[in-house]
Amino acid sequence: MTALTEIMPRSDAASDCLMEVRDLALHFPVQGGTLFKHTVGQVKAVDGVSFSIRKGEVLGLVGESGCGKTTIARAILKLVRPTSGQILFDGMDLWQQDRAQQFAYRRRVQAVFQDPFSSLNPRMKVGSTVGEPFRIHMPSMKSAEINGEVRRLLDICGLPARMAERYPHEMSGGQRQRVGIARALALNAEMIVCDEAVSALDVSIQAQVINLLMDLKDEFNLTYLFIGHDLSVVKHLCDRVAVMYLGNVVEMADSETLFDEPLHPYTIALLSAVPVPDPVSEASRPHVILTGEIPSPVNPPNGCVFHPRCPRMSDACTRMRPLLLEELPGHHAACIHIERLAAQFTRPGQHSIPKIPDIPTSN
Amino acid sequence: MTDFVHSTPGGDSAREDLQRPSALRQWMSYMRRDKKALFGLIVLGVLIFSAVFAHWLSPYDPNAMDFSMMLKPSLQHPLGTDDLGRDLLSRLLHGTQISLFVGISTVILGMSAGVTLGVVAGYFGKWVDTIIMRYVDLQWAFPNFIIAVYLVAVFGTGLANVIIAISLAYIDDFARVARGMVLTIKQEQYIAAAHTLGASDNRVMWRHILPNAMAPIIVQATVSVSYAILAEAGLSFLGLGVGSDTPTWGLILADSRSFISRAWWLGVFPGLFIMITVLSINFLGDALRDMLDVREVTDAH
Repeated sequence: MTALTEIMPRSDAASDCLMEVRDLALHFPVQGGTLFKHTVGQVKAVDGVSFSIRKGEVLGLVGESGCGKTTIARAILKLVRPTSGQILFDGMDLWQQDRAQQFAYRRRVQAVFQDPFSSLNPRMKVGSTVGEPFRIHMPSMKSAEINGEVRRLLDICGLPARMAERYPHEMSGGQRQRVGIARALALNAEMIVCDEAVSALDVSIQAQVINLLMDLKDEFNLTYLFIGHDLSVVKHLCDRVAVMYLGNVVEMADSETLFDEPLHPYTIALLSAVPVPDPVSEASRPHVILTGEIPSPVNPPNGCVFHPRCPRMSDACTRMRPLLLEELPGHHAACIHIERLAAQFTRPGQHSIPKIPDIPTSN
Repeated sequence: MTDFVHSTPGGDSAREDLQRPSALRQWMSYMRRDKKALFGLIVLGVLIFSAVFAHWLSPYDPNAMDFSMMLKPSLQHPLGTDDLGRDLLSRLLHGTQISLFVGISTVILGMSAGVTLGVVAGYFGKWVDTIIMRYVDLQWAFPNFIIAVYLVAVFGTGLANVIIAISLAYIDDFARVARGMVLTIKQEQYIAAAHTLGASDNRVMWRHILPNAMAPIIVQATVSVSYAILAEAGLSFLGLGVGSDTPTWGLILADSRSFISRAWWLGVFPGLFIMITVLSINFLGDALRDMLDVREVTDAH
């Protein structure tokens, strides 16, 4: 397995590291056979991913559908058990916890889910949904106190108190997502996993919810793992960004660095696919168009998983699996052709990489 | 506290003033729209009323014999008399008690047991599911009525045994319906969200999954009430019912078969009672399913 010292920057070992994911792998068996079921293969949804999240930062996780982002979120939320690897929260392995520790962990790490339509129980009024964390974790709390807390949380999330009497289907998508956020905040969580938390919303509502998330982060000292595929949102929101491809992290850097000077050919292609709202520069800028389809995670390519689609592919790529190395200070990439790439794509003055437009954030 | 909230969510002003009517109002407005449900409600209300007050409503003692045997329906005997001269209307009214009680109590018992098994099987999966569902498959292989007949034959006749037998026979139907729903619902994000909050398995099963699985279970329950009434009638018909001294619809129907050519009313009226009851329960069940769906109730306005 990969050497951890190489892929973990030294500063992360310090106490400001809140969560550390080490060599995480999640393989799901593929069952076959008509009469007797047997495992015919494995979906390698996540295959050896390492990263860390510092206290108070927003780490973005981007990549195409099916690249394993959500699977990582599910592992962090202890909804699935990893095949191998560790997730350390505050130095404690999530799969070494006893029941009490797990219960405590549930308080400290919360989630906002992608689909505001299915992430709320349709039969529970908003007040019950937001109050449920208290009923679970503070059984001695009286209903009146819980209702007070619910009103406070709804207020924080910009919802009037009378919404507590509503059912989810009586609210708009943005309102529902605010309810989801209120629920995540209820127990003063330290870290919130936002799994595509704004992807299902209209652009104008997206901006509101993003602003809400950022305000809450400052107010409550939150740490976010923000999973998304909308690069402009990720750029706006995240301090650091990890790019995933087919179950692997291929590049990780500070948000600015990653969007301005990407090193990995996949990141470059991803960024060039983002439309620029200016027809002149859109027509003139170079586009890196990837050929082929994303390979099946059941049977990922040997060597570098990106090599079948990579414009820089060489013979070595088909044999060697590149490590996620710190190529520049704080800038990790998993590619053996970094030098050549760096020379071509990040020379000062040569702006071949499109600027990602900021999303409107009118307050 | 609120100074960092820039704006209330936009574009929702139309829904701001939403006022949900009270549950009773919803029920009444639904009944006004759904005439079949109203019919079911009225008929069932009349039946329950007559079951409760059968003693006072009946013109005669249901077991009082007379020499006026097999009289046609007349003013003295609105539905006629049977072969022992007992007043048919009085017997049917008293039979309502048993039939409704058997129908409703068996379904409540069978539903509780079956739904519990199905939810547990679907939720935990793996070997729990295998064990429970293999048992359910086994029971599924036999018709419910055959199982009820077998159980009564083992336990003996009598009201309690009939109820136990019929409700045991319905376990598999409910377990299957419930398990199927659980398998779908447990993939929903709100279930993942509940787990993330640290909700216990019991909480997830009974507070989150079951309420969302109720619609098809309700439908199954109303169909089963009808079948349970018919099953009790069937058991009585075979002499495996509540007992020959207690008038039940099934027993009256069974007794009529020897005289069907001479006294049509002995077969027709108990049959009509059963049919109308089953029909009205089915209508009411459809309505109940619609009303329990919170989405439909408010969206229909």
